[in-house]
Amino acid sequence: MLIKRTDRAAARLGSAVPAIGQSLRIDRRSFLRRSGITAGGLAALGSLPLAGVRKASAGAPPPPGATVVARKNMCTHCSVGCTVIGEVANGVWVGQEPAYESPINRGSHCCKGAAVRDDVLTDRRLRYPLKLVDGQWNRISWDQAINEIGDELMEIRQKSGPESVYWLGSAKFTNEAAYLNRKLAAFWGTNNSDHQARICHSTTVSGVANTWGYGAMTNSYNDIRNSKTIMVMGGNPAEAHPVSLQHILEGKEINRANMIVIDPRMTRTAAHATEYVRVRPGTHIPTIYGMLWHIFRNGWEDKEFIRERVYGFDEVRKEIDKWPPSEVERVTGLPEAQVRRVAEIFAKQRPSTLIWAMGQTQFTVGTANVRASCILLLATGNVGVSGAGANIFRGHTNVQGATDLGLDVITLPLYYGLDEGAWRHWCRVWDVDYDWMASRFVSKTFMQTPGIPSTRWFDATLLPKDQVSQPDNLRAMFIMGHGGNTITRMPEAVKGIEKLKLLVVCDPYPTTWSVLSERKNGTYLLPICTSFEANGSRTASNRSLQWGEEVVAPVFESKNDYDVMYMLARKLGFADQMFKHIKVENGAVSAEDILREINRGGWSTGYCGQSPERLKAHMKHQDKFDFLTLRAPKDVPEIGGDYYGLPWPCWGTPEFRHPGSPILYDTSLSVKNGGGTFRARFGVERVVTTKVMEDGQEVEKEQRFNLLAEGSYSKDSELTDGYPEFTLAVLKKLGWDRDLTPQELAVIQAVGGNKPDSVSWSTDLSGGIQRVAMEHGCNPCGNGKARVIAWNLPDAIPVHREPIYTPRPDLVASYPTLPDARQFRVPNLGFSVQKAAVDARVVQRFPLILSSGRLVEYEGGGEETRSNKWLAELKQDMYVEINPADAAARGIRDGGWVWVTGPENSSKARMKALVTERVGKGVVWMPFHFAGWFEGVDQRSKYPKGADPIVLGESMNTLSTYGFDPVTGMQEPKATLCQVRAA
Amino acid sequence: MARMKFLCDAERCIECNACVTACKNENEVPWGINRRRLVTINDGKPGERSVSMACMHCSDPPCASVCPVDCFMVTADHVVLHSKDLCIGCGYCFYACPFGAPQYPSVSNFGSRGKMDKCTYCAGGPEPDNTQAEFAKYGANRLSQGKLPLCAEMCSTKSLLAGDGDIIAQIYKERVAKRGYGSGAWGWQTAYHEGIPA
Repeated sequence: MLIKRTDRAAARLGSAVPAIGQSLRIDRRSFLRRSGITAGGLAALGSLPLAGVRKASAGAPPPPGATVVARKNMCTHCSVGCTVIGEVANGVWVGQEPAYESPINRGSHCCKGAAVRDDVLTDRRLRYPLKLVDGQWNRISWDQAINEIGDELMEIRQKSGPESVYWLGSAKFTNEAAYLNRKLAAFWGTNNSDHQARICHSTTVSGVANTWGYGAMTNSYNDIRNSKTIMVMGGNPAEAHPVSLQHILEGKEINRANMIVIDPRMTRTAAHATEYVRVRPGTHIPTIYGMLWHIFRNGWEDKEFIRERVYGFDEVRKEIDKWPPSEVERVTGLPEAQVRRVAEIFAKQRPSTLIWAMGQTQFTVGTANVRASCILLLATGNVGVSGAGANIFRGHTNVQGATDLGLDVITLPLYYGLDEGAWRHWCRVWDVDYDWMASRFVSKTFMQTPGIPSTRWFDATLLPKDQVSQPDNLRAMFIMGHGGNTITRMPEAVKGIEKLKLLVVCDPYPTTWSVLSERKNGTYLLPICTSFEANGSRTASNRSLQWGEEVVAPVFESKNDYDVMYMLARKLGFADQMFKHIKVENGAVSAEDILREINRGGWSTGYCGQSPERLKAHMKHQDKFDFLTLRAPKDVPEIGGDYYGLPWPCWGTPEFRHPGSPILYDTSLSVKNGGGTFRARFGVERVVTTKVMEDGQEVEKEQRFNLLAEGSYSKDSELTDGYPEFTLAVLKKLGWDRDLTPQELAVIQAVGGNKPDSVSWSTDLSGGIQRVAMEHGCNPCGNGKARVIAWNLPDAIPVHREPIYTPRPDLVASYPTLPDARQFRVPNLGFSVQKAAVDARVVQRFPLILSSGRLVEYEGGGEETRSNKWLAELKQDMYVEINPADAAARGIRDGGWVWVTGPENSSKARMKALVTERVGKGVVWMPFHFAGWFEGVDQRSKYPKGADPIVLGESMNTLSTYGFDPVTGMQEPKATLCQVRAA
Repeated sequence: MARMKFLCDAERCIECNACVTACKNENEVPWGINRRRLVTINDGKPGERSVSMACMHCSDPPCASVCPVDCFMVTADHVVLHSKDLCIGCGYCFYACPFGAPQYPSVSNFGSRGKMDKCTYCAGGPEPDNTQAEFAKYGANRLSQGKLPLCAEMCSTKSLLAGDGDIIAQIYKERVAKRGYGSGAWGWQTAYHEGIPA
């Protein structure tokens, strides 16, 4: 017999328990809101109290008398930017609630976001600073740690120079910490400053920025809801960006959109596709050109768009002509009919968006790959339009922001580069003397020379000194928030770690760095808190900035990034200079002040308008933003008319109140209203000199090509044709300089000195030039054409090149990798390695293609997520996916142990086999989040006691091999070779 | 009066496991106990689909029918709860449940499996609402606070729906009508003796 709970409770407990039926008040409205069905009108009801409902708190009931406070921060595990609401009682994080008001995630999370509370609660975190003494971890104080590290750094500086210290930063930094880290490297005197973008989207940034000006996602996750065709090529967002699938799948349903997934694996994303195309790893360019071949042959291209807004298609078409269906099939294995069908859908059923992640970028041809993608988008007129665009899904929570803020060996913050003008700009912003700054470096030459990419740090440590173009090898790694197992060629990294004089790891966890080698001394682990224990902003993939507030104070003895960098700067003697305009109270650095400094210098990328006050207002009024357009209604105080998170570029000063740019290069809006044009970044015209025969004589002929837009301009623009970047000189020519205020003019004069005319939209610290340009409806960075020929890159037009370790040596003669060259202070021997592999017939011993990727449960190197008990339980073993045919041929059973061996360093790794048709025959795939085992040996005993992650396993990068993109130093872990045998 | 149900839209589920960790987080469910889990069919093949599974809070709960100590109860909102004070860990309910919902903290050949644990629809247990005693045995009691189970509230793609059966059925119907396909409300026939005609 069934008994009503109320009867039972009354009978058993004998106490007055209110009947749940009476107290439950979920009406249709609140229910719909909680189900996330409505976003606009009803969302406003969110704060209405429900009659009869008790005081709400998540999780365990709070201790008697404790007040529960809800604090908002951002999930730290990918770039979607899901809002996390943490409920705190007595300083303890007691529960998480869904943030329905967030226009990005509407309360949703993936397993990582729904488990972030344990990132703070876990007992696996580093608790206090540790020092390795004769192979033992010893607890030390913060003061001792900073003193000893500082002394050691100064000694290295004295003996080897500042270039021998490597500052490896993090995509998990807040914007403010990323900026501070880059500034720290600058004040130390080196450009050896990098972070995870190197190994994730560095090639996207170089490829996309070299095409149309800025190297970021052009539209937004939400905007995918407007797409008619969604093509995912080189990405598995169902696992890497699960909440983006809310937008993708709802968009697919609402518009009955096509969803095409092109991938070597039948991924969880592909499971929801309308068409899945299985392709060989490393053949992106032939696939794209194969599609373009059909598009141009059938006249499906957008001729008007190309004529008005793109330069260079005539040349590119010659390359496309080399890819008829037969050649495409020979190289990629794709049948003509499928390529044609996909091409036709993409070109005709617009708007079409192309989504990608590491499946395009992590190749020696990464930059060329993403440029090919841009070419496809431009050919079909799918840029600058709602529902279209290059929707590039960045990886970490703030990899977009950390990239923007210059954790990069080739630039200062916000893509200013490294030339003297860039340094002088930032010295003005920092209020330090340029000559003093130059004195921090070995020389002005080094000040302007790109540093060493993070993929090559151990080469720069291990190679003979004369092969590394700096005064000495690397002697110290100062690592803040970067795993060691996400970089390829780990057996060589182990040797590199052993050779370093000093290794400092600042992280919530010990990370692979602390256990991988046989180091006995000279290693420090500094406990840094997570971003949940700090204030600061993060830039989501769609360029929106979101301000997170400290949910709880840093746990144990951990400190936040800002405070640690301040302590170190003080020890190194430049804290007063570095924190001149940043408030520090009792050692606590003001994140708001750092953002204000970024605003004062961030003109080039439109990081100038997002003041902390504006960002905080956005968080407060999250529920006011429209779910589809991300815009707040005009009449809402503080945020009226803004786009959520003020997606960059947010031009002008905060007072100008630019709303942010939700879609890049969108000419249907005025610039003041968030519209834009392609940036006139590559000059106003291109001069090409060619030698031609005239009357039997060879003469040089000059051809000039217009690089400015033709007849295309953004709404309300007073200039109805292309125009260059704005400088004071341009304003004068137009007679618009009269619109500058005296104050603005005074700042421009001060910046320009004796050459005020050259002061531009990106160096004018007053924001006046940007303001005046926009008042006339113009884009401060000009109105140019996108270019499909990037004449400054090794391959001006993308060319297919086989991976270094290709399964098709027969194709290497036609499609070899680029010749050996010196890049970023070290040699890139890709050609020699490829040739040697072909000559030695490596493919016969290592016949399987090895590719790698993400799991939904873990992130990056995985130390954090593998230490989270709710996530670790879900994936307890490292494994390799292998096709049933390949498994059968090797006597491998599902779930059995296997040894996987690689062609370099006699590498080997022991893991479990997952026999599945998810991978095609001849391809194996591994997740890259595991570490703590190396070549079959469990390293758990080497972790500091109690700080070992729950789950350990072999790292995929133990097996990955040589290969670097010449433009960025990107590694090639997506296509190499291996062999698998039963263990 | 609301009749609470779960509905997993398999066309939306991407097996991200958010429901699983949300449940763990909210109810502090220990390692090894899975009140909710994902089941995938055709894994890695075309047609791969996943559904999120937990106690469905059946209309005529088989667990209650077989329980020798009669520890189950159904609330006014038709949430199936049980008393851990009465449960003897016999495991009958596990055999009776068509969804594999009941979980046990220990497994041994002889003796008890420990007190059965399962999804409470985030509605706690027989103890007074939102007390430490209730939380320790059953986890959170969101329903009494006007909130729905956190698994559904946090679902990444709004695949897992929770709430009044009529309303979520309506939402599902509208979805299917809009997109033109649907594989049916998984488990509804078994749990609620009704389907949702698409």
